[in-house]
Amino acid sequence: MDQILVDITLILDSTVRLAVPLILASLAGLYSERSGIIDIGLEGKLLAGAFAAAAMSAVTGSAWLGLLAGVGAALVFSGIHGLASINFKGNQTISGVALNFLAAGLTTFLGQSWFRRGGYTPQLSGDQRFNPITLPFAEELRDVPVLGQIYGELISGHNIITYVAFIAVPVTAWVLFRSRFGLRLRAVGENPKAIDTAGISVTRLRYQALIITAVLVGIGGAYLSIAQSAGFNNNMSAGRGYIALAALIFAKWRPGPALLVCLMFGFLDAIQFRIQGQSFPFIGEVPVQAIQALPYILTVVLLAGFIGRAVAPKAAGVPYTKER
Amino acid sequence: MTGLNPTNEQRSSGAAASALAIELVGINKHFGPVHANKDIHLAVKRGTVHGIVGENGAGKSTLMSILYGFYTADSGTILVDGVAHEITDSRHALALGIGMVHQHFMLVDNFTVLENVVLGAEDSALLTPTLNRARGHLKDLARDYGLDIDPDAIVGNLSVGQQQRVEILKALYRGAETLILDEPTGVLTPAEADHLFRILGKLRAEGKTIILITHKLREIMAITDEVSVMRQGEMVETLPTADTSPEHLAELMVGRRVLLRVEKGAAKPGKVLLEVENLVVTDDFGTPRVKGVNFQVRAGEIVGIAGVAGNGQSELLESIAGMRDQKSGTIRVNGNPLSLEGDDGAARARKAGLAHVPEDRLRMGLITNFAAWENAILGYQGKYGDGPALDIAKARATAQDYMKKFDVRPAALDLKTANFSGGNQQKLVLAREMERDPDVLVVGQPTRGVDIGAIEFIHNQIIKMRDAGKAILLVSVELDEIRSLSDRILVIFDGQIVGEADPATADETELGLRMTGSHTDNVVTEPGTLPEHETPVQQTLVEMSPKDNSGRDTN
Repeated sequence: MDQILVDITLILDSTVRLAVPLILASLAGLYSERSGIIDIGLEGKLLAGAFAAAAMSAVTGSAWLGLLAGVGAALVFSGIHGLASINFKGNQTISGVALNFLAAGLTTFLGQSWFRRGGYTPQLSGDQRFNPITLPFAEELRDVPVLGQIYGELISGHNIITYVAFIAVPVTAWVLFRSRFGLRLRAVGENPKAIDTAGISVTRLRYQALIITAVLVGIGGAYLSIAQSAGFNNNMSAGRGYIALAALIFAKWRPGPALLVCLMFGFLDAIQFRIQGQSFPFIGEVPVQAIQALPYILTVVLLAGFIGRAVAPKAAGVPYTKER
Repeated sequence: MTGLNPTNEQRSSGAAASALAIELVGINKHFGPVHANKDIHLAVKRGTVHGIVGENGAGKSTLMSILYGFYTADSGTILVDGVAHEITDSRHALALGIGMVHQHFMLVDNFTVLENVVLGAEDSALLTPTLNRARGHLKDLARDYGLDIDPDAIVGNLSVGQQQRVEILKALYRGAETLILDEPTGVLTPAEADHLFRILGKLRAEGKTIILITHKLREIMAITDEVSVMRQGEMVETLPTADTSPEHLAELMVGRRVLLRVEKGAAKPGKVLLEVENLVVTDDFGTPRVKGVNFQVRAGEIVGIAGVAGNGQSELLESIAGMRDQKSGTIRVNGNPLSLEGDDGAARARKAGLAHVPEDRLRMGLITNFAAWENAILGYQGKYGDGPALDIAKARATAQDYMKKFDVRPAALDLKTANFSGGNQQKLVLAREMERDPDVLVVGQPTRGVDIGAIEFIHNQIIKMRDAGKAILLVSVELDEIRSLSDRILVIFDGQIVGEADPATADETELGLRMTGSHTDNVVTEPGTLPEHETPVQQTLVEMSPKDNSGRDTN
């Protein structure tokens, strides 16, 4: 009986860990898309952020500098995206895809030429990473049945970025629905002309959104390489940027539901690790690949029909031109 | 300026205040090679309604956009209350007390009225206190100007008239003293337009200044104190409304004498060319929209269908043109029953000698991204070249010919159709359908969004078709148009023909009553079936207000 509780706690614990980059990327995408900029380049920004964080951390020995570098890389990518899609009114999807290619190539190339480890950055340890934080009383409460377990394992013992990710959700909800900035952000994604005729700069508002996007996704990238893992390896974002985007659509561009969807994807990922190699009655052992494909299959199925109509911000993907 | 009459407008001159709310001096604006505003002078007196009329492309909207800071003039001065200002953006214009109600509303559909009103004019970074304060302010405005509206309603669910009131509230909330309205009645039903004019009257009584851009002369005559006429980027004249007439204004707008009434001889009806029997048509959701309609159109006559929009005339038209499957009934062209089922119904209708000018040229009549010559053969492209290749030279020659005959301007074959004015686009569609020499011509809203000069031309072409012995079915929501063109008027209400009238003797009030179903003496259905669940007036409102609410944010 206790074993079941331990198992569940462990699965939930890894659910949280696996959901963090999705949550950060999803919220990042939310700001961008709410402002009317489609951001398929989340994947590339996540990867670039992960690489920059690991490289900086490996060189300087400071996880915090690594985090800054991760955010910086994402900002550069967002800047390019903004330039292409806001100033030059280019196609946002194409610009995003190009950034993804750029990130994949650049991280491998720079990783190889700087560290010569086949794309890996050096193994990080100690202060080069964000280590788990033990919340107060976690040890003392360990013996309290159930609650002690949940507090000690599930709530305590994560790194700082995990807590940031979870706090970012209510903060985003507040910004979006309770602040002047949020009102304008939602408006510019629905009808930029309404913003323009109200005397507010559409360009400036959209850049502001892209900056927030970059900060969040950069933190998400840093999480991958210097919090969850101990270094960067090739293509370590592994489609999480796309999954985060799917979660965003799924959540209809709302922060609360986005958190839930990301947790669900994290959960699927977590049980996928647990059921690998296990034998099921009648079926026998399921191939690893089939289990690994599960979250993706679910994404397709759910997006294809289960969520009903997901109405994107009306102006998403449309460059704003001031003409009649 | 010419004709300014400074008699009773001196009342506000007690203080340093100028009698002029707005004065534009020597405004010039170029868009590339186009000189959109040529040395414009305009003086608008405080507390008046000042009309600006002109055809599409005359430069009215450009001028107002300059005043509102949406564009910057190449040269010229703007004086607000007698003080020169450099208006660089909309925010600046708002700060000077100039508000604008755009032709296409600048509203966020999934926001509430309140959120739309405060957007961009929030007084703090926090939303809740901002909205609470705005709610009180809005209540005062609603009381003062009769602009009653639920502040918590989702804008996308409001009727067009209500949305326009939100736009007016937006401007007033920002402290506008001068209100610019750009073609405000283009999207309104007559009742909504009346409501708007009552509001404008109240605003004027409270001392606000209103600039009304329109091309409907009737509105100018009804509400304005003074009127300025623009033509091809120039200010032609400004004069007191009382000293002018619609005919005079039309002449100033177009630059030549325009007949507002159509001149035509008596019809000489021949044999029946189009016959509709017990036609039943449903809409996309299976709801019957045309409920057993019978009529005939003879060679050499124009039959007009009058009705409030949304009473089945669109479905009737689409069904006869082969674009919408009929549920039951028969359509005969030239005596031959025509089966119009299936996707190629429209092609078969054409083959049978029926041409169709659709109600909505942008949605059904043209592919706006295509060059003009391509649109000129659309639907008849099979006649150009054998085999898969298109005989482009022949097609272009045809298009050239159409453009010449129908005076399409500019006569540029390769210009994208979207870049033509509404009137010229419509002429292109009419040329394409009329020049095929059909037996029957079905026309929907022939002059919607078309300039006065072009209207005259289009009406004359339709009369010419009639005199050449064609049968013409005309559907229009403009009662004036129906009355002046038709030889017989059929009134449609709730999918049924509820009466026939002679345009020469028909009384407008009587027709209006029939169109709204209030005059039911010769309705052909048994009692109880009509009106079904809602009156057509409500149906119209429903159609105009998208009910889809699923994009609405909920936290």
